[in-house]
Amino acid sequence: MKIRVYVSLKEGVLDPQGKAIGHALNSLGFQGLGEVRVNRVVDLDVPADDSSAAIAKGEAMARALLANEVIEDYSVEVVA
Amino acid sequence: MTVTIDAKLAQSFGLTGGEYDKLLTIMGRTPSFAELGIFSVMWSEHCSYKSSRVHLKTLPTKAPWVIHGPGENAGVVDIGEGLAAIFKMESHNHPSFIEPYQGAATGVGGILRDVFTMGARPVANLNALRFGDAKHSGTRRVVDGVVRGIGGYGNCVGVPTVGGEVNFHKAYDGNPLVNAMTVGIARKDKIFLSAAAGIGNPVVYVGSKTGRDGIHGATMSSAEFDDKAASKRPTVQVGDPFIEKLLIEACLELMATDAIVAIQDMGAAGLTSSAVEMAGKGGVGIELNLDAVPQREPNMTAYEMMLSESQERMLMVLKPERTEEARRIFEKWELDFAIVGKLTDSGHITVIHNGVTEANIPLAPLADEAPIYNRPMVHAEPPRHISPPADPVGIEHALLTLIGCPDLASRSWIWNQYDGSVGGNTARRPGAADAAIVRVDGTRLGLALTTDCTPRYCQADPKAGGAQAVAEAWRNITATGAKPLAVTDNLNFGNPERPEIMGQFADAIKGMGDACRALDFPVVSGNVSLYNETRSPTGLAQAILPTPAIGALGVIADASKSIGLAMPDNHDLVLVGEIRGELGQSLWLREICHKEEGAPPRIDLVAERHNGDFVRAQIEAGHVAACHDIADGGLMITIAEMVMASGVGCELLAPPHGLPIHAFWYGEDQACYVIATKNAKAMLSAAEKAHVPARKLGHSKGTSLKMADGMSVSASRLREINEAFFPKFMGEGA
Repeated sequence: MKIRVYVSLKEGVLDPQGKAIGHALNSLGFQGLGEVRVNRVVDLDVPADDSSAAIAKGEAMARALLANEVIEDYSVEVVA
Repeated sequence: MTVTIDAKLAQSFGLTGGEYDKLLTIMGRTPSFAELGIFSVMWSEHCSYKSSRVHLKTLPTKAPWVIHGPGENAGVVDIGEGLAAIFKMESHNHPSFIEPYQGAATGVGGILRDVFTMGARPVANLNALRFGDAKHSGTRRVVDGVVRGIGGYGNCVGVPTVGGEVNFHKAYDGNPLVNAMTVGIARKDKIFLSAAAGIGNPVVYVGSKTGRDGIHGATMSSAEFDDKAASKRPTVQVGDPFIEKLLIEACLELMATDAIVAIQDMGAAGLTSSAVEMAGKGGVGIELNLDAVPQREPNMTAYEMMLSESQERMLMVLKPERTEEARRIFEKWELDFAIVGKLTDSGHITVIHNGVTEANIPLAPLADEAPIYNRPMVHAEPPRHISPPADPVGIEHALLTLIGCPDLASRSWIWNQYDGSVGGNTARRPGAADAAIVRVDGTRLGLALTTDCTPRYCQADPKAGGAQAVAEAWRNITATGAKPLAVTDNLNFGNPERPEIMGQFADAIKGMGDACRALDFPVVSGNVSLYNETRSPTGLAQAILPTPAIGALGVIADASKSIGLAMPDNHDLVLVGEIRGELGQSLWLREICHKEEGAPPRIDLVAERHNGDFVRAQIEAGHVAACHDIADGGLMITIAEMVMASGVGCELLAPPHGLPIHAFWYGEDQACYVIATKNAKAMLSAAEKAHVPARKLGHSKGTSLKMADGMSVSASRLREINEAFFPKFMGEGA
């Protein structure tokens, strides 16, 4: 079953990469930008019988590796 | 806000009942939420040094070469040729446990700012690290994150990481120590201080925007971890080294003009501590208008802005007519620049937000009446010196075990991740000499830099351990041929409210003070980190080993004449100093006999100075080709490290009679050096003339370390074992 894990920096945590992108866009003429945040999407094909088992697996993988829970949030959804 | 402000809320902010009463007396009314926040951080252990100050005051801080001692952002010493070295070490222990990468990275960023805020260009970083037991499951995560964090920040910002130290011990399982040191160079007549002056002068904020980063980090860093640490996690500070680099360049450019009256970085307790300290030191008032503070997030409260620990920010007081010039410089470097207030004659800090006065606190009592505690102490009886136990394994087995153990294994896995030579001035990198040598631009001078502490000695006998840490730093600088000048200390201890911990603290300071005085090695800056404890599931508080880490700086007139530890071929090896065979608390005892007992090695400060001055004079006279002090692991390890450094072997003479052989080779006797010299005879007669104990140990030749009894281990085998630990521990090559 295909699942998608979204990983994003927690609200309020500084995102130097987003900041650099915002800055570069600004210098390319895209003015008036607010905050830019860079997030991560991980697509996985997991062996699971149903959606809830697939999501549980995705969450376990997020906690173990894909997200740093101290500074990042994650969410998991079934894609197909 | 509907929060009731009372003693209970104050307690949750870290203020005791007595401290809250004092606050009420000063204010004459119930404080606002922001005011309570300001008091709680200014009176936290981190900012007020309330438990440590009575003891810190006993440390020697003066010498003819000291320009500024403790009290400024960093210590300043005269290194000659019109230049000053500015340096300090600071802890980032708790953040490094919660999020190792960012905790260590922002630790490096913070200490860099302490140094360039005084007008110095940072030229070197060092790091004293203590991790949990290598067998503990969580240790690898912390080592990995901390090392990458230090490298990530230090490498990006373009300051070489040239040295440091690493220990492993189970006492650090839940509470690693990350002590970062930065050294900078400035012109001696161009040092910038933090005391604000000039009523009406603008207060200017520069650097990054303010977010809700690490709010209450300063109070958190003074609260022991418990099982709830997970839920207490504040928003972790994330460092941005590229902004720091811009900030360094912008500040140094502005400092080349005479626009700055005072400047201070925003470290722990951010805007609060920088504003309060600058105005307080200058005896003026300060008014801040928070509407002008550059903000990263919407709807921040006054409390949040005053306590935010967002990184890469500085506060300055400028001459009013120079403000626009300063603005141009910071805008050129693409940094935020905002006039956020002015100096007043009110003697108060006044904070205005959205037209409301959120805080109005008299500065003098905030500083002068800050709590100071002379906490109760219990002094543990130091253990007795032990006589050497029988050797269960023999010399060769012990050698191969020790050089592969976590505390002695090659650190190259770590330092290879650091850029140790960016800037092109690193004359001697880690592992090449007892102290790193960094050339000073435009001169022949070299700075000799080291960090040292042997926590297991401090645990056994804090006073002897404190003295040993200072003596070893002095010895390491001496072994390169440099003259030791001054010390920065980073005192990491447990909960000071426990009398036995406070006793350790006071005793360690006594030992440090004795050594600093005997060696003319004053303390010019430092940092105290208390409450380094974890609570076990049974509720028992477990403190770290007492760890008074010493960072030290020396200077050598010609960096190219500094001495390393690589042993050249066809030289005599001479031991300077006396070996009594001190096996108490030695690594041999721990790794071979699995015991941590006995008294640490005796510290004889007169011999330390005498032997060291002799060694330095011999180096200056050109008689020394390599030099290495005796430390962890004893004489045999010292020699093995000299062999590994060059690949040249040696033939050792039989050890003297009257001492068990293993005690001679593995005793961790102090004030001792191994020197490689062309002619042992000349060295021995010079030593005799100077009344310094010395004996010939052997001769360097071949590619193996050989003993008189026939033992022979090749340099390549030594290296192989020495380098195996870290890659294996970190799961590489598996």
